[in-house]
Amino acid sequence: MNPIQGSEEVEFVTLSTATKRSGPSGARGPRDGRAGGGTGAGRAARDRATWFLVLPALIPILILSVGPLLYGIMLAFTDAQSGRTRSTQWIGALNFQDLLHDTLFWDSFRIGLLWAVGVTVPQFFLALGLALLLNQKLRMRWLARALAIIPWAMPEVVVGIMWRLVYNPDAGILNETVRDLGLGDGRDWLTGLATALPAVILVGIWAGMPQTTVALLAGLQNTPHELHEAAALDGAGAWRRFRTVTWPALKPVALSITALNFIWNFNSFALVYVLTSGGPGGRTRLPMLFAYEEAFRYGQFGYAAAMGCVMVAVISVILACYLAGRLRGGEDA
Amino acid sequence: MSLRTGGPARAGQYAALLAYLIFLAFPFLWLISTAFKPARELGSLHPTWIPRNPTLDNFRQAFDEQPLLQAAANSLIAAVCAALIAVVIATPMAYVMARNRGRLSTAATGWVVVSQAFPFVLVIIPLFLILKNLHLINTLWGLIMVYVVWSLPFALWMLAGYVRAVPPELEEAASVDGAGRVRILVSVVAPLLAPGIVATALFAFITAWNEFFFALVLLKTPEKQTLPVVLTHFLGAEGVADLGPLAAAAFLATLPSLVLFAVIQKRITGGMMAGAVKS
Repeated sequence: MNPIQGSEEVEFVTLSTATKRSGPSGARGPRDGRAGGGTGAGRAARDRATWFLVLPALIPILILSVGPLLYGIMLAFTDAQSGRTRSTQWIGALNFQDLLHDTLFWDSFRIGLLWAVGVTVPQFFLALGLALLLNQKLRMRWLARALAIIPWAMPEVVVGIMWRLVYNPDAGILNETVRDLGLGDGRDWLTGLATALPAVILVGIWAGMPQTTVALLAGLQNTPHELHEAAALDGAGAWRRFRTVTWPALKPVALSITALNFIWNFNSFALVYVLTSGGPGGRTRLPMLFAYEEAFRYGQFGYAAAMGCVMVAVISVILACYLAGRLRGGEDA
Repeated sequence: MSLRTGGPARAGQYAALLAYLIFLAFPFLWLISTAFKPARELGSLHPTWIPRNPTLDNFRQAFDEQPLLQAAANSLIAAVCAALIAVVIATPMAYVMARNRGRLSTAATGWVVVSQAFPFVLVIIPLFLILKNLHLINTLWGLIMVYVVWSLPFALWMLAGYVRAVPPELEEAASVDGAGRVRILVSVVAPLLAPGIVATALFAFITAWNEFFFALVLLKTPEKQTLPVVLTHFLGAEGVADLGPLAAAAFLATLPSLVLFAVIQKRITGGMMAGAVKS
């Protein structure tokens, strides 16, 4: 029995006792775990206290997160520009019509999808391999865990700078290794039309390895060990044990982390901004970089907001697929 | 524990693990190596892993070239204020989310998940306009407000988990003694939560310390900018950078978050594991 399972169970028990103790259920809303709140006046006081507890966080959230999101969607239907004098006009879906014909935007959208898939998929398999290794009793395990912290704790800007040093055409270690191995003179990876996107994708994979590995490791530690041993005794090989025992237990975690990774990658900005600023010739211009430039270099607030809306729409579709998949996964279990 | 694994399989596993270790470590080792190399070695066409004549010149030069101290101070102020405010306002709400099972906490949890997904570009333009009207562009306070709200989802998520680990019986005892909800939170629950609150605050600190996008958009003048933004100034207009000082400054900027992350790492991964298992 592993510690995580244990704590989950405790949590479950805590929750269920809390609901049991909440007394006769009222017509409205939140119940809580404390005894002795039956009277109307008592409950009103408790509701007041609840609001008092919630509002300090709720108000900033509404003003600085939910509000701007709605405002941003609204801006997408206007011709808002930065620093201009005449007032902003409502222009309906014009921004979206323009977007439809903006080949540069669709190029960046395509690059965004390529990048998100290119990072998420290999990263998943690499992280799965590492998680499987870390789940074994190997000697250098602690070192791997310690090292895995580095990409996680680093500012993305520093990750970008660090890899620029690695990729540097003259003083970088990559070209020196290429030369040592006799594979030619090396090249300028980040400015080559063909190599820029793969080079940037490699950095993305490196940067996201820890989170993915930790999540998968958690899933692995949740697979019942007895089943493994039983399968091994029955003579099942490693691959078969993985397919029949490990994978079914791992699937929900794998699905969650992959969906989240895809979304995070699709929305990413800092890494590529530092590595290539979207170059060469827009080959690594992710949608976020494109929208950033449109808004804060050219001042096209309304148009950039429309781009944001399109990105949200695509992400929502992905989230919906993920939720549907998760529900199906739940039925399987 | 380990299943029957023969010698060759074991050897293969070690080889694979070694490959992973190299992959994870080499860029960071290269950063450190570059940071300590004198200019002459950086100019050489055959770079070496270990600097032949290690020097601290790059660090000195980095401080000369860019206002690093000012930037670090800005980052520190923004990250400390954001972390403190975030945990102070998140703890009560996390308590309600963990203990009440109602529409409010469902909505809050839903928001926590959704807020992870939307692209910041859709939020930053309106935020920019709002903060501009409040005259908070190019001020640390504007940035702090954004960081507080931005770190709230994860803070709520973490803290709610810690609250659930506190046995409700303790609260009932206090309730019987006539303590109200706020009293119970302050004098019974909060002390038990202290380690969780500290871990959450440190995580919020690290996130703010590392953040780039909001700082890039909201801070205009160099004396207001945070460390990640100032670091990009080292890259120069055409990306022809002074490699040594660039590496030195980047290395320094990473240290605080690396150290803090090492401290809270177990709690973060633990919390993430719990979350991952739940989902």
